[in-house]
Parts: sequence; structure tokens; C-alpha cells
Amino acid sequence: MKPLQTRAAARETAPPTPLISFRRIDLSYGDRRILEDINLDIGEGEFVSVVGPSGCGKTTLLRLIAGLARPTAGDVILDGQPVAAPSRKVAVVFQDYSKALLPWRTAAGNIALALSAMGVPKAEWPDRISALLATVGLAGDGDKLPRQMSGGMQQRLQIARCLAQEPRVLLMDEPFGALDAMTRQSLQDEVLRIASTRSVTVFFVTHELEEAIYLGDRVVGLYANPGRVAQCFDVGLAKPRDQLSTREDPHFLSLRHELFSFIKQA
Amino acid sequence: MALAAASGRRAPPRGAVVPLATIALLEVAAFLFLGREDYTFAAPHDIVLALGRALADGSLPAATAQTLSCVLAGLAVGFALGVMAGVALGLTPLLDRLTMVSVELLRPVPPAALIPLMLLIAGFGFQMETTIVAFTTLWPTLVLSRAAIRAVEPGLIEVARALEMGTLRRALAIVVPSALLRLFVAFRLTAGIALTVAVVVEVVANPRGLGYGMIVAAQTLHPETALAYLVWIGLLGWGLNALLSRIEARFLDRFR
Repeated sequence: MKPLQTRAAARETAPPTPLISFRRIDLSYGDRRILEDINLDIGEGEFVSVVGPSGCGKTTLLRLIAGLARPTAGDVILDGQPVAAPSRKVAVVFQDYSKALLPWRTAAGNIALALSAMGVPKAEWPDRISALLATVGLAGDGDKLPRQMSGGMQQRLQIARCLAQEPRVLLMDEPFGALDAMTRQSLQDEVLRIASTRSVTVFFVTHELEEAIYLGDRVVGLYANPGRVAQCFDVGLAKPRDQLSTREDPHFLSLRHELFSFIKQA
Repeated sequence: MALAAASGRRAPPRGAVVPLATIALLEVAAFLFLGREDYTFAAPHDIVLALGRALADGSLPAATAQTLSCVLAGLAVGFALGVMAGVALGLTPLLDRLTMVSVELLRPVPPAALIPLMLLIAGFGFQMETTIVAFTTLWPTLVLSRAAIRAVEPGLIEVARALEMGTLRRALAIVVPSALLRLFVAFRLTAGIALTVAVVVEVVANPRGLGYGMIVAAQTLHPETALAYLVWIGLLGWGLNALLSRIEARFLDRFR
């Protein structure tokens, strides 16, 4: 238990320039307390994974950053400003891609939705769209409708649309939960690559502990009923990560052990 | 050989079997049981001949134009008002609650019950019939378009919010396309209702159009002509629906 203590203690001092801060956040719906006294700082360019038992308010935390939910008390500070409404600086990859893509628009058209909302001149759309499609491995699929694409492709498309926003923060709500293991692994690596090349800050909600460790610079563990920050685990594994060697790293395995026992008691 | 025959020649559609058999049966029954001077029924071949005569002498095309002009004008007004009201009510729950009682009271008024009122207001003619068609098509359109707006995927609305899309952009890029197919289905359904109501108004009161032609034929003891009008009205309704279904399949498939 000793290394865990030191790691948790190390994080109590805030990162030098937090891009996102939760300050004394409480959130209740009627009598139901969803979140209680959440205090959390996330640094610019950091990749934070969030895990916890179901009903711990993981998704609600994400929606607070997105401006899609409002706290009952406290503030979420984004880039020095309290979050009052959704902002294009923050992109959300929703869990259910089938409900987040416009089924009547092609892949290219779905990306164009974000470009038009961003006010990008139409002349630039074709180049931007093909670059974004290539980034997520969908080059040549621009004319397909979502229903003609597999689940993995649809989620790639949603990620591409989020990248079209050129966001500073990428919020991902269990984005790979509905995908098969192989697809999930390749998407994990692509998200890591995109996050590092674009130096975007990622807030990644998942219920897969190994996924949380594999992706994160830090893993935040939550307690449920009401949701509270229980522990933060600094991952500290070498980058770039590798599906084989990272997952075999003794440090990965010991973190996995700690997280599993944390979740069991949480 | 068998393969060539199978791919080259198309079998007649199965849906035609029952109508064709019925016509044949009626023809036989008419031959066996119908007297020379019958004022109630007519043999299918007499109906076809009467249809040909009415088409040739211009009376049927003229009546069709009268009826269809009322159907289209009434449908245009009723559908447009219905969609506007339905969209407004679908988007604003408060407005919906305020108008609910009024809508539910007006909606069940039978179209035929408006005929005496409209006769007093507008007299015979295009205006009275069009108004009744418009009134009748307004309510189903309102209810269906209100439902269409409410059925817009909440996930897509969140996408729009996350992209900071304004109301107009949100309406044009997300709400309208989401609801488009349901709105079109509403139009197809109310088009059928509009034709029915127009003919009813003509049969009961308005001395013009197909319904009137039918009642005149019946009262002058020409069952074959009355039945020819009936067949023609059926064909019109079928054709209208088939046309709209084709448009739906051709242009609206991706909005499914």
C-alpha cells in the first residue's frame, strides 16, 4: 500500500497551470445527491481517465465540463473562466455514436456540420474533411452514410467531427464500450496518437480499468452515492504506449492490482 | 432456357390476382343475374364503357379538375397551417399545454358537420369545399408534426448544443431533416383524407366535381356512370398515394 500513498499525496499539490478545475462541486437532482465536494485540477495536455462504480457520476462530471449540466454549488473553471454554457473549445465524443451522428448525412457531411458551426469558409471544407477523415483512418469513406459503416467506423467519424472543432479539451464518455476488443485496441492507440500530436487535453470516462491505465497520465477513481473523488493514481508509464509491452510492464500490472482492489471496496 | 425465362419475363404482380378475379366473377354474375334494365348495379364492362364515354366527352376530366383543385388548395392551406402549429407546439411545451383543450375539442369535429356552416358563410363553390378540406387536414397534420418534432433524437440536440449552434442553424441542420420523413408521411396520409372529404362535400352539398357527377348519375338512373366515377375516384386516390410513395422512396430514404 505504500507506493499508493505517496502517489496519492504527490497529487494533492495542483499541477502548475490547471486548464480545468472543479471547485467544491455539489450536484443534486431533487433529493438525490449525484456529486459531493468534487475538487480536481486537470493540467493542459493531460490525459485523465475516470473510473468508478456505476452511479458514481462519471458521466455527470464530463457533462459539467461540457456545459451540458450545471452544478448545484461550486464552479467548473475552464481556461480561467467558469463554465456557463457549452463551448466549441470543448468537444464531446458521446457514448452512443448512433445517436450522435446525423444519419441522413454522409461521413463528410457530418464533419461539415462542425465546420459550418465553426464558421470555416466553405472553400476550405473539402481539404479539411479529407485531412480529418485520414486522421481517423476513414480516408475514402467520405461518401458513406453512417448506417453503411461499422460501429468502429462510426465512432472514428464522431472523433473526426470533434477534431474538426479544433478543441482544447476532448471529452470522451465510454467511447469504446460498444466495440469489440480488436477495434477498441486500435482506437485506443489512435486516440493516444491524436492526443499527443494535437496536444489536446483529454477527459476519458470508462469502466474498463485496464483501458483507463493504458490511456491515462492519471486515473481518477470515484466513490458512488454520492459521487466523490476517492483517489488519483499517477500512471507514469512510458510513452508512446504499446498494446503488448505496456500491458506487460510490471508497473502496469501493479497499478491494475491497486485499481481492482480499489474498485472492489468502492 | 428455364433461367432465361425466369430472368427475362416478369410474372404479373400477385396483388393483381384478387381484383382481376373479382372483376371476372362480377362479370359472370352480371351476365347470369342482371336484367336488361337494372338501375342499381352494372356489369364491369358497362362500367368501363361508361368511364370511356365520360372521359371522351370531357365531363370526367372537368369534374376531376374541380375536385383536385379543391383537394390541392385545401391540402396546401391545411398542411401548411398544421405543420406550423405542430412545430410550434412540439418546440414549446407551455404553448402545447395552453392549447391542448382547444385542440382536443376542435379535432374531433366531423368535417361533414361543417358543411351547413360553410354553406352559410361561403355559399356553394370552390371556397366552401376548400375550407372544409383545409380544416380536416389541419388536425392530423398538427398532431403528426408535433410528434415528429418531439421524436427528434435528444442526442442530436446535445451535439448541436456542444457545437454552440444557434436556433436557426439548429432547426435547419438538425430538427427539420430529422422530422422530414415523418412530415412527409403526414402529408401522404392527409392527402388521402383530403380527397375523401372533398368527394363527401360534393356528394352531400357542393354541385361540382366528382362527387356531384356521381350523385347526378345515380339520380338519373345511370348506375354504370355512377360506378365509373367511383372507380375513377379510387384510381385517383391510389395514384396519388403511389406517386407520393415513389417520391418518399426516391428522395427521403436517407432520412429514415
